[in-house]
Amino acid sequence: MSVLVYIESEQGKFKKAAFEAASYGKAVADAMGSSLVALTFNTEDASELGAYGVEKVLNTNSVADFNAKIYADIIKQAAEKEVASVVVLSSSADSRYIAPLLSVGLKAGYASNVVAAPSSLEPFVVKRSAFTNKAFCNTEISTAIKIVGVSNNSFGLVENKTTAQLENFSPSIAPSSTKVTSVDKASDKVTIADADIVVSAGRGLKGPENWGLIEDLADVLGAATACSKPVSDLGWRPHSEHVGQTGKPVATNLYIAIGISGAIQHLAGINSSKIKVVINTDPEAPFFKAADYGIVGDAFDVVPELIEKLKVFKAQNA
Amino acid sequence: MKLLVCISHVPDTTSKINFTEGDTKFDTSGVQFVINPNDEFGLTRAMWFKEKQNATVDVISVGGAETEPTLRKALAIGADAAIRINAEATDGHTVATYLATAAKEGAYDLIIAGRESIDYNGGMVPGMLAAMIDANFVTNCISLEIDGTTATAVREIDGGKETISTVLPLVIGGQKGLVEESDLRIPNMRGIMMARKKPLTVVNPTAEASKTQAVAFEKPAPRGAVKLVDAENIDELINLLHNEAKVI
Ligand SMILES: Cc1cc2nc3c(=O)[nH]c(=O)nc-3n(C[C@H](O)[C@H](O)[C@H](O)COP(=O)(O)OP(=O)(O)OC[C@H]3O[C@@H](n4cnc5c(N)ncnc54)[C@H](O)[C@@H]3O)c2cc1C
Ligand SMILES: Nc1ncnc2c1ncn2[C@@H]1O[C@H](COP(=O)(O)O)[C@@H](O)[C@H]1O
Repeated sequence: MSVLVYIESEQGKFKKAAFEAASYGKAVADAMGSSLVALTFNTEDASELGAYGVEKVLNTNSVADFNAKIYADIIKQAAEKEVASVVVLSSSADSRYIAPLLSVGLKAGYASNVVAAPSSLEPFVVKRSAFTNKAFCNTEISTAIKIVGVSNNSFGLVENKTTAQLENFSPSIAPSSTKVTSVDKASDKVTIADADIVVSAGRGLKGPENWGLIEDLADVLGAATACSKPVSDLGWRPHSEHVGQTGKPVATNLYIAIGISGAIQHLAGINSSKIKVVINTDPEAPFFKAADYGIVGDAFDVVPELIEKLKVFKAQNA
Repeated sequence: MKLLVCISHVPDTTSKINFTEGDTKFDTSGVQFVINPNDEFGLTRAMWFKEKQNATVDVISVGGAETEPTLRKALAIGADAAIRINAEATDGHTVATYLATAAKEGAYDLIIAGRESIDYNGGMVPGMLAAMIDANFVTNCISLEIDGTTATAVREIDGGKETISTVLPLVIGGQKGLVEESDLRIPNMRGIMMARKKPLTVVNPTAEASKTQAVAFEKPAPRGAVKLVDAENIDELINLLHNEAKVI
């Protein structure tokens, strides 16, 4: 018996979300008295995973490009080989693509957006966010094998030093009629999904020409940029930056909202971020009720000053 | 081309979420239900396939009689026929199993569902459905073109997008981008009148054991009051973020 964690990497480096999934997997393995096995793709050195309690790493070099169906099938074969009773994935776009396919393949119940370690093992109950972060649902998974999708930044990174043994894994691979023909991705930008800090702005910024301010603030903080729905509908910013109930969910450590009123649909999507800061001219803006820190003030005065002061702060704390 | 659009009937985005029966059931009192926003984008794209590529468009929902107004709305927007699978949508796997039965019977070339529903939020039904009927699958889909039996889809990935080439039969998990917000249609009088005459078939499913169960719901803990910092005192904000919140 084991717990299997799917480890994603990006340009040869393990993703932070994968370390979080491993941390989660280790907690489950400890509670069950079993061990944690990781599955990696195209990795030469997996020793870093030992820091999060991974004792064994199955690595496969059998596929070069991402294909959800093939990946799901490989994870299934790894789970069967390791007699896994729990399979843990992150909430990245790829993991969320794979998990439902894997669930059918393994005949395993799947809970997505899971925010905490199981509250009980028998029955197996996990807490997941539902209603786009407006509530939580304690969900029982009643199948022999369980699949858990861990919500970003919910469990955190927990170190558990051990030595990870790398083992080569050669699954069988079925042909696929689905192919990625091109990828369009800015490699120099922090993504909303992976960022620790997100700087987001709304209609209060008045027009796309003012977004330099938001980008500068994001730069100093090493943050990703996001926006409210009307801003993307107006074409001021790309759709991929639209966050909220009908856009991307945001679960970061720090969310800074500038010139965003705080409509219920916006808040629903960003609610699970840990610390929220609001900058808004209107002291009655609903966002202040949902925030940890707030400044009542004009973005065009406050943000430039914040950028300058943060530069000084960063220089001192470098 | 035979097209099926999966419609999830969900609380309007402005709904306050409450629970009853000892926090085991969603409290529907006073809640307005709508077509799941992601499904509305998919339905609108389906109308394009109907008008430009002669597709026939069926819509389907798993739910009780209370979901029929939502299906009628989809018919008023322009779908040809509706199917309601008469069962409570208990978990993603059960819903996908019922949809798979109907999908096989209808021999659809293309099935458009949403990336996720805004109530259960599982992001699981379309993928499970695709696996069950052995169709190709693309989720987070922001663009879709069909040419004969080949499909070109664009999928949003973390930090960008990728273009995927695949073949029918295909299941899509769609979202905004499939069409724009401004393309969404409000049913007109003629559409509403015609919808009354269109077929809405009710199917009773065979029993299916769910793989997950909602044990109890919880609302987020109430939060403390916001700490206001004077606009003249930005240093204080940096200090709080560094020393108190420890996020920078
Ligand atoms: C079905 C549906 C789904 C939706 N989904 C989403 C979603 O996913 N995400 C989302 O964001 N919205 C969503 N919305 C829209 C939502 O209801 C709000 O309309 C939207 O969030 C408002 O965007 P905003 O805060 O940028 O603009 P506004 O509401 O116009 O607010 C602008 C704010 O900026 C402030 N401001 C003005 N000037 C300045 C200045 N100089 N400095 C500082 N502050 C200033 C104002 O006081 C105001 O609070 C949805 C709506 C519907 C109907
Ligand atoms: N009860 C249902 N009936 C029909 N389609 C559904 C139902 N529930 C979910 N779906 C479809 O599956 C998508 C994803 O839902 P979910 O997996 O619940 O997040 C939705 O956008 C719908 O297209």
